[in-house]
Amino acid sequence: MRVCALVVRIWRQFLHDKRTLMLMLVAPILILTLVSLVFNGNTYKPKIGTVDVPAMVTQRLAHEDVSLVSYSSTNSALEALKTQTIDAYISWQDGRPAVVLEGSDPSKNKAILLDLQQMAEASSRGPTGIQPKITYLYGSANMSSFDNFGPVLIGFFAFFFVFLVAGISFLKERTTGTLQRLVATPIRRWEIVAGYVAGFGLFTTIQAILIAWFCVDILGMMMNGRLINLLLITLLLSITALTLGTFLSSFANSEFQMMQFIPLVIVPQVFFSGLFNIDTMAVWLRWLSKIMPLYYGADAMRNVMIRGKGFTDIVMDLAVLLAFSLVFMVLNVLTLRKYRHV
Amino acid sequence: MLGKGSREEGWGIQVSHVDRKFGKRLVLQDIHFEVKPAEIFGLLGPSGSGKTTLVKLMAGIDRPTSGTVVVGGVQMPRLDMLGKIGYMAQSDALYAELTAKENLDFFASLFGLRGRGRRRRIEEVMELVHLTDSMKKRVSTYSGGMKRRLSLAIAMLHRPRILILDEPTVGIDPALRVSIWNELRDMSQSGTTILVTTHVMDEAEKCHRLGMLRDGRLIAVGTPGELKANANVTTIEEAFLAFGGVRG
Repeated sequence: MRVCALVVRIWRQFLHDKRTLMLMLVAPILILTLVSLVFNGNTYKPKIGTVDVPAMVTQRLAHEDVSLVSYSSTNSALEALKTQTIDAYISWQDGRPAVVLEGSDPSKNKAILLDLQQMAEASSRGPTGIQPKITYLYGSANMSSFDNFGPVLIGFFAFFFVFLVAGISFLKERTTGTLQRLVATPIRRWEIVAGYVAGFGLFTTIQAILIAWFCVDILGMMMNGRLINLLLITLLLSITALTLGTFLSSFANSEFQMMQFIPLVIVPQVFFSGLFNIDTMAVWLRWLSKIMPLYYGADAMRNVMIRGKGFTDIVMDLAVLLAFSLVFMVLNVLTLRKYRHV
Repeated sequence: MLGKGSREEGWGIQVSHVDRKFGKRLVLQDIHFEVKPAEIFGLLGPSGSGKTTLVKLMAGIDRPTSGTVVVGGVQMPRLDMLGKIGYMAQSDALYAELTAKENLDFFASLFGLRGRGRRRRIEEVMELVHLTDSMKKRVSTYSGGMKRRLSLAIAMLHRPRILILDEPTVGIDPALRVSIWNELRDMSQSGTTILVTTHVMDEAEKCHRLGMLRDGRLIAVGTPGELKANANVTTIEEAFLAFGGVRG
């Protein structure tokens, strides 16, 4: 009942504040469009598995800038491919090399194909000059880079804008004294937090649907999984952002101080969310990604959109996001003690 | 007529030996007084004297460092008492981007008012503070005095047994101030206990009894007449100076 009152109020505030409404709905779409137009690729040292490949070929491959791992059977190599320990594997079929690429990252695909091409060219001067047969586990040869990091960006914008708008509106509640007024009513502290989560949650659902639809249907982003899973991830990611934003807003005294959390909380997450290749970072740095909500969101997004995986494959990521949200909610309820002792 | 409650014993406020510290700073020191049921009690003191801190203790938002605050027979702070207290904060705690009606709707549903009763009550309180015509306007377009009146309307919305008003008449024009005071007197007559803080001396005269607060200490309590007589002066202002140890 009281939670509903809060939900209705938040909605009315949104409807009166057209600019914030537009920020939440249009800005992500605008930026995603720009990024899809602008993107450029970069280089990467691929990890390639080999299965019963003639020694000569292995030697040739070793000359290229790749790291090689040898597997005893195609099955074990396929497993390694699925867990992304390697980016591709080469086996020998009918006297010619067969290559299977993991395929979800076009820049990696390009790097591998380039290496193989160079190898094949070197070989063609010898007696075994044969073009390899190439297959993709996920993705395809014509997958664009935007397909690869698009899912991360969807997660990022859901996170970023909700963090900011929820944080600032909770901050305003504090600075304008309405929080003080609110705690003078019989509302419980958890009801305040729940009201915010529900009010913004409903709103971010709409935001998520709009962004997902725009990316898939208008920008033509690769989408191999089910839309409902994508929405589920976006929603949980938004709720994490919302609870983190409202929690952190109690450590800010003005909108400007709230903005100061962006380089501290948002920007690092971008680096660790998989937009840049985490494998090239120091091991201890890689560990940092494990405490960043966006890392889990982006991982789940890619699994659904590129690899077409189902609910069971993303359930761990979702559970972590849910755990983050719950922790932040509890912290929220506790920090509200500052404003009322019961 | 507001507040149907009969003149019932027990809806008073007892403040017993209350200290309130913020860190090492002692903001309230050994505050001890009683507000009797259905009276209008005025807390008089300059800004910084600790009025708002004391009011928050009684409104159940804050907890004393030592001593007790009992409202309606229940020791504060208690969540279930908050629905029986009407509180008007010193700053206008309103959602500026919402209309007055939407603000009232929000607080009304927090207090569990619903349906036709809620609509009627909203109309009643808005009429009381002469804001019926501006009901659908956004609060951001309101003047300071209008916001003050809307805050007052919200405080009275749920027909509280105890009304705690922190500087209710700041920025309100004299004619309306008179009508608000008439309303407060009516409410007190029908059984509502009212606690008002003010730094305006002539308003203090309108209270049944007064407490004078200075530097976190209660320097005197009594009816306006008693206070003036005891200090052997003719105005409340002079009485305040006399009790504060300053001879004017």
